[in-house]
Amino acid sequence: MKAAIGSASACVAALTILPALLSGCSSNYSWGWYVVSPATAVGRRNIEFLLSGLGFTLGISLTAISISVVLGLAVALPGLSRNATARAFNRTYVEAIRSIPILVMLLWVYYGLPLVLNLSLGVFAAGVLALALSDSAFEAEIFRAGIQSIDRGQHEASDSLGLTYLDKMRFVILPQALRRILPPLGNQFVYMLKTSSLISVIGLTELTRRANELVVSEYRPLEIYTFLVLEYMCLILIVSKLVRLLERRMAAGERRAA
Amino acid sequence: MNQRRQDAPIIAMHGVKKWFGEFQALKGIDLTIGLGERIVVCGPSGSGKSTLIRCVNRLEEHDEGTIVVDGIELNDDVANITQIRREVGMVFQQFNLFPHLSVLRNLTLAPMRARGLSRKEAEELAMEYLNRVHIPEQAQKYPRQLSGGQQQRVAIARSLCMKPKIMLFDEPTSALDPEMIKEVLDVMIELAEDGMTMVVVTHEMGFARRVANRIVFMDHGEVVEAAPPREFFGAPRSDRTKLFLSQILSH
Repeated sequence: MKAAIGSASACVAALTILPALLSGCSSNYSWGWYVVSPATAVGRRNIEFLLSGLGFTLGISLTAISISVVLGLAVALPGLSRNATARAFNRTYVEAIRSIPILVMLLWVYYGLPLVLNLSLGVFAAGVLALALSDSAFEAEIFRAGIQSIDRGQHEASDSLGLTYLDKMRFVILPQALRRILPPLGNQFVYMLKTSSLISVIGLTELTRRANELVVSEYRPLEIYTFLVLEYMCLILIVSKLVRLLERRMAAGERRAA
Repeated sequence: MNQRRQDAPIIAMHGVKKWFGEFQALKGIDLTIGLGERIVVCGPSGSGKSTLIRCVNRLEEHDEGTIVVDGIELNDDVANITQIRREVGMVFQQFNLFPHLSVLRNLTLAPMRARGLSRKEAEELAMEYLNRVHIPEQAQKYPRQLSGGQQQRVAIARSLCMKPKIMLFDEPTSALDPEMIKEVLDVMIELAEDGMTMVVVTHEMGFARRVANRIVFMDHGEVVEAAPPREFFGAPRSDRTKLFLSQILSH
């Protein structure tokens, strides 16, 4: 709770200080903060319009990260196998996927898949697919590193007790690995929130798209994009705080065990 | 399949060879162990004694020869391996308890997942074995809150919860402070008195003398000598055994 108040006050501070700084940096520019000012009726309507993109930004990021974590794990496990073919699959997937720029992936999924597979996806589905695929290669590497960091004795003890591979992973290895990879996983989620702005290109009405639309009607790019910057900053400050809280809670569990 | 005869060996190793890259860790081991027998394996470090017992539950894969455990041959058949592992308990030098689980959960996990016991049954079983290793009061704690000796006793109880036919011990007291060695050895002696088949890699010669039916001395990947304790300590046949005994018993 305290942390939430902390990030909220950080946002308020940013909201008030940043415009003040901007107003000082150029004497020729006449500012038009009224477009996003909560003090005017126009500003309030515009703010409401800009914030209406929040649902899609959060929705697409959460959906994509959920899929990419599962996909990443599914790709990481063969990478840890003693079977050379399984390891080759892992390497090929990771290298191929992470060499495709996310914007290119998005365009290809949205415009290419209908032609290749006769599969036409909606804007949201195409966005989720592109983001999840791109991110999964990185998730796979994070999982692989996390699982490899677990002591070999944990595998041997599980094996010697006659646990199956899946039970060993589910009850012994992954719970321990997850604690260690929580910081990089949180990082990926922050990255995902920012990357979701690319989906505006194919027309999903998330935060960036809304800002673009407003710029076209109001002709106030600097003010509106500054507001957009602040929207992302607030969002990510809150997410970072939540990840920290989660980390601390898990670390507390670890300490109790120590 | 024929029913295994009562006097047939529970572990039979023939011509077992194992390489780690260029290094040959086992150079043709022949060893048969009967039900209820208690074997102590000793020898200098690097002699292959840990590798030998780790081959019994396939933590290491042997390259040549045959290993038959409880009538099942160890090969690439995963079902066979899992089956054998459920019959063979193992205690490690470093305990290898699951640090994120309470002592009780450490004990109930395998019986519930691999033997299909309900939580209630598994917890009753766990408490029974925690009593046998004399630490029922630690059930709700986490491994790192326990002393080394207590952790090792939890590890023994964890293996026993699977009701194995054979228990393997890989230097179970080597990582312990001296004052904790006895509490672990006492538990192992009680286990031996109950008739458990045990294969123990250890340097504790007092334990060997008291508990073992046979002592197997290994050096450079070979079984140099295998004899009952009285014979082994009283009249060792090979020079290598004599040298080893003089080093280990000198103080």
